Amino acid sequence: MGWILVTSATVILFLQNYPLYIRSVPTENELKFHYMVHTSLDVVDEKISAMGKALVDQRELYLGLLYPTEDYKVYGYVTNSKVKFVMVVDSSNTALRDNEIRSMFRKLHNSYTDVMCNPFYNPGDRIQSRAFDGMVTSMMIQVC
Amino acid sequence: MSPTQWDFPVELCCRPMAFVTLTGLDVVYNAVHRAVWDAFCANRRADRVPISFKVLPGDHEYPKCRPKRTSYEWYIPKGILKTGWMNKHLNLVPALVVVFYELDWDEPQWKEKQSECATRVEIVRQSLQGRNTKVAVVLIQKKTPLPPGEDVVASERAAALCNACELSGKSLFVLPHTDHLVGYIIRLENAFYEHAQTYYYTEIRRVKSHKEFLNKTTHQLLFVRHQFKIAFFSELKQDTQNALKNYRTAYNLVHELRAHETNILEIKTMAGFINYKICRLCFQHNTPLDAIAQFRKHIDLCKKKIGSAELSFEHAAWMSKQFQAFGDLFDEAIKLGLTAIQTQNPGFYYQQAAYYAQERKQLTKTLCNHEASVAHPSPDPLETQTGVLDFYGQRPWRQGILSFDLSDPEKEKVGILAIQMKERSVVHSEIIITLLSNAVAQFKKYKCPRMKSHLMVQMGEEYYYAKDYTKALKLLDYVMCDYRSEGWWTLLTSILTTALKCSYLMAQLKDYITYSLELLGRASTLKDDQKSRIEKNLINVLMNESPAPEPDCDILAVKTAQKLWADRISLAGSNLFTIGVQDFVPFVQCKAKFHAPSFHVDVPVQFDIYLKADCPHPIRFSKLCVSFNNQEYNQFCVIEEASKITSLDLVLGSEAGRCVILNWQGGGGDAASTQEALQAARSFKRRPRLPDSELHWDSIVIQASTMIISRVPNISVHLRHDPPALTNEMYCLVVTVQSHEKTCIRDVKLTAGLKPGQDANLTQKTHVTLHGTEPCDESYPALLTDIPVGDLHPGEQLEKMLYVRCGTVGSRMFLVYVSYLINTTIEEKEIVCKCHKDETVTIETVFPFDVAVKFVSTKFEHLERVYADIPFLLMTDLLSASPWALTIVSSELQLAPSMTPVDQLESQVDNVVLRTSESASECFCLRCPSVGNVEGGVATGHYIISWKRTSAMDDIPVISTVITLPHVIVENIPLHVNADLPSFGRVRESLPVKYHLQNKTDLVQDVEISVEPSDAFMFSGLKQIRLRILPGAEQEMLYNFYPLMAGCQPLPSLNINLLRFPNVTNQLLRRFIPTSIFVKPQGRLMDDASIVAA
Repeated sequence: MGWILVTSATVILFLQNYPLYIRSVPTENELKFHYMVHTSLDVVDEKISAMGKALVDQRELYLGLLYPTEDYKVYGYVTNSKVKFVMVVDSSNTALRDNEIRSMFRKLHNSYTDVMCNPFYNPGDRIQSRAFDGMVTSMMIQVC
Repeated sequence: MSPTQWDFPVELCCRPMAFVTLTGLDVVYNAVHRAVWDAFCANRRADRVPISFKVLPGDHEYPKCRPKRTSYEWYIPKGILKTGWMNKHLNLVPALVVVFYELDWDEPQWKEKQSECATRVEIVRQSLQGRNTKVAVVLIQKKTPLPPGEDVVASERAAALCNACELSGKSLFVLPHTDHLVGYIIRLENAFYEHAQTYYYTEIRRVKSHKEFLNKTTHQLLFVRHQFKIAFFSELKQDTQNALKNYRTAYNLVHELRAHETNILEIKTMAGFINYKICRLCFQHNTPLDAIAQFRKHIDLCKKKIGSAELSFEHAAWMSKQFQAFGDLFDEAIKLGLTAIQTQNPGFYYQQAAYYAQERKQLTKTLCNHEASVAHPSPDPLETQTGVLDFYGQRPWRQGILSFDLSDPEKEKVGILAIQMKERSVVHSEIIITLLSNAVAQFKKYKCPRMKSHLMVQMGEEYYYAKDYTKALKLLDYVMCDYRSEGWWTLLTSILTTALKCSYLMAQLKDYITYSLELLGRASTLKDDQKSRIEKNLINVLMNESPAPEPDCDILAVKTAQKLWADRISLAGSNLFTIGVQDFVPFVQCKAKFHAPSFHVDVPVQFDIYLKADCPHPIRFSKLCVSFNNQEYNQFCVIEEASKITSLDLVLGSEAGRCVILNWQGGGGDAASTQEALQAARSFKRRPRLPDSELHWDSIVIQASTMIISRVPNISVHLRHDPPALTNEMYCLVVTVQSHEKTCIRDVKLTAGLKPGQDANLTQKTHVTLHGTEPCDESYPALLTDIPVGDLHPGEQLEKMLYVRCGTVGSRMFLVYVSYLINTTIEEKEIVCKCHKDETVTIETVFPFDVAVKFVSTKFEHLERVYADIPFLLMTDLLSASPWALTIVSSELQLAPSMTPVDQLESQVDNVVLRTSESASECFCLRCPSVGNVEGGVATGHYIISWKRTSAMDDIPVISTVITLPHVIVENIPLHVNADLPSFGRVRESLPVKYHLQNKTDLVQDVEISVEPSDAFMFSGLKQIRLRILPGAEQEMLYNFYPLMAGCQPLPSLNINLLRFPNVTNQLLRRFIPTSIFVKPQGRLMDDASIVAA
């Protein structure tokens, strides 16, 4: 028996529902992940609107598991300025529990904040930052 | 659709109900029997017991019961569950057989009938040999039975009948055929239901009893089978809790079976069945989370049990079916009242089912791509003798063989080939599309618009694979705009690529061009080589040639398409297409910009159109058209109107080939440009310097509209007047218009008056006229419009006088608006321009003067009230408030009837000129005859002043200002006193004073009079007296005063005491008579004499 480990972590940031940054490993079948992330926005939208209604603790940015598919788990995170982070991981990867995902999101958020602090970055543009790329890559390596 | 191999059998999916057969009923010819049967089967609502009835003849042969096994020692089962077993217990083997027999208790031929009944029961028993099926007898009677115990014959005969039929008393029923048939039937079926439950209970016991004979090595299959049977019987018994428990056990047992490639299908089939039952029962028990958990467990356990790699599509089909069936169960439960949520709804299961169906299609494609020469094997290994399988999930060519070794590998190969050949004929796309559309319907319900779009894309792609390009295009086109508006370019590109293929294969010119335009555009994420290929095709299409086929298309379809394209070329159809670009992102961007936000009429309007092509190769456009909202713009001079670019057309291709008109609404911009413009506006990025002739695309801001404003006027308008205006005067405003134009101006018109848009009351109280000689009244307007003034030659000047009458004080804005026409020449074209100039002026209106009126006594003392018949004075005081000198032409006092003048009322201020702050006073002596007690006083009359500005011309009318005089309170007084005395006295000269006392009442009055001595006078006369005065009479008192000192001296005071009117005090009366007098000193001569005398 051989081991086949398909761990994919797609990390995406959004503003206004169009992708600011999208990256996936493995790169084949990328389109499928794009669709998956796009459809997950339905749930994100719903959660955000529910949040607004219930006025729950506004500081909880982590949305948790958005929805499980047969092979992947989709997690969501939304910043106070409504920038959405979505992460897709292989559902066979049991090492990743809620806490790990949460801390990964937090790292992403910090890194995103750094990008935003760059005065030459124009909010709303696709993110092209070497530091951000590096951080995402290191996170993906850690997951795989 | 006919049921496929993967569909669950109906007997599994239905709700199991106790099976009861009714015999001895002739439902065709016997009306009574028919009625009984109808009562049983009609209106079977949920409140009736769950029984399925069937009418059978009395001699019906029931399935034979196989001899009971005494030992399982040598028995080896051939499979898990026989295919006929569920149906047998649902529809063939009854729990209870009911024998209907017409027999009344008072039947004369009782003996014969009794034995006939016994025979019938016996026949039924014969055919049920070996089964535990219960038998019951129902006697159909014509008479209504007596209450139990009363009919002795009945109870005797009933006992006899039971005996003859070997029945227990509980199994004999009487059905009187009376009015209350349905009620009797319901009671009967409840009794049947009890019997049926007993039957199924014994069946469960019987199956359980086998267990102890089984051993784990050889009878593994039997464990599952028996457990399943127990559960199924429990369901028939309507004991769903136990059924669920037993199914769960059975499920665990299935997975304990030793799995091998040869039996994996059987295990999965059974696992699927049992799982279905468990989930169904869980939903029925309203524990949907249990159902979902069970299903997840089931999928996790079975996901990897693929079995033979050559038949892996079977696994996908099976998986797809599992998801679909669960989705159906879930959906059914929702229809019965369960609530689902966005992240847990049947849609996900249908979607997954569709995913497996797609996988099945993929696998079929790779595994079943046999050459055309390979024929379906003959004899068909899939055929069985009976046409059906003995056991669920077994291979037809090796039924009942449990060995894991393949005894006949050749046969196995042929079998697999046959299955593969069969799979090839399956229309996968149809299955996938059905599942996807199920999922779409669900996601629509649970607020997942994006998921819905995604599934519709998949549907569209599936239609594309199924070669139904029209439907594919329709779906793709529908969802495209969602992805476009959300800016998911990767996904949009992928959809567009498929859509382009569809339109190519159908040779849909317009669609093909539209998709090409967008795929070449900046929203497309295609690589440059792809873009350049598409662009070449587009150019070909525009040249009226066929495009090259799209990559990865079906070869056959491409052939058809090529023919279609060839036809398109030869067909003389319309080759002109107009494509509105505002809904997508084409490869040309367009921006229109007016040079200025406004232009004057006589200046050429300049604007730029910027175009930007995003395609990799140069492209030639043939025409650019710009449309304005006013199409005849150039012919007429339009004044004060916004001009707007309504659309831009860019023509691609030539009239000779195919022509595409790209149409931008407004000043350019497409589906993506708004967002881009926003981003560009936000950006701090410094753009590198470019040569002057070049511009940064992002820095171009669309300006699609401009104001066209009228030509600058070249005249001067001056206003001459003397503010402020005085109330009601004819205020003169002189307007001077001078032309500075180089040519003659025509049609000069003047509009003057109160500027519109001010307080409505001002409009009522302001009147304008051109004629100052006649006073204007209410009928005159506040604004005179379009007064024709005539033409003006260059440098000429004209003057116009305007008179304004302001009825109220306050400030007003006046407008003077001069318009004229002039001919000018612009770019060798003569146009008539309308120009205008306006001036506004604010004029204050003030009162010309203030009038003060007061009443005083004849002593010039201020009066608060006057006394009847006693003269008083009215004094008017006119204070000029005007900065300009006023001429009081005359004044007039118009007295009210209640007042009478004492002397002539002549004006004393005629032709007086008043300058600022100067005042003019008049004084009139009046008397008011006695009136009764009037509330609020007596009206005095009006004071009318006629005046004009001193500077005004003679023909200007005089203005009359009417002032209403105040009312005065008139009081009666009982006694009037007045004194006759000289205007002055002289020291030591006699000063005669006569007092007149007049009784003003109708009564005789007692009056006490006393005179107090004074230091300044000596006097003679009555010092103290009491007298009577008759009504209306007058009493005279004469005194001689002898002044002692010079100067203004107080007279000896006269005290009058009216005994009848104690409230009329002395003080009041003394106001009528003088209290002091000026005494002159003695003359010099006289002075010496007096000294001598002293």
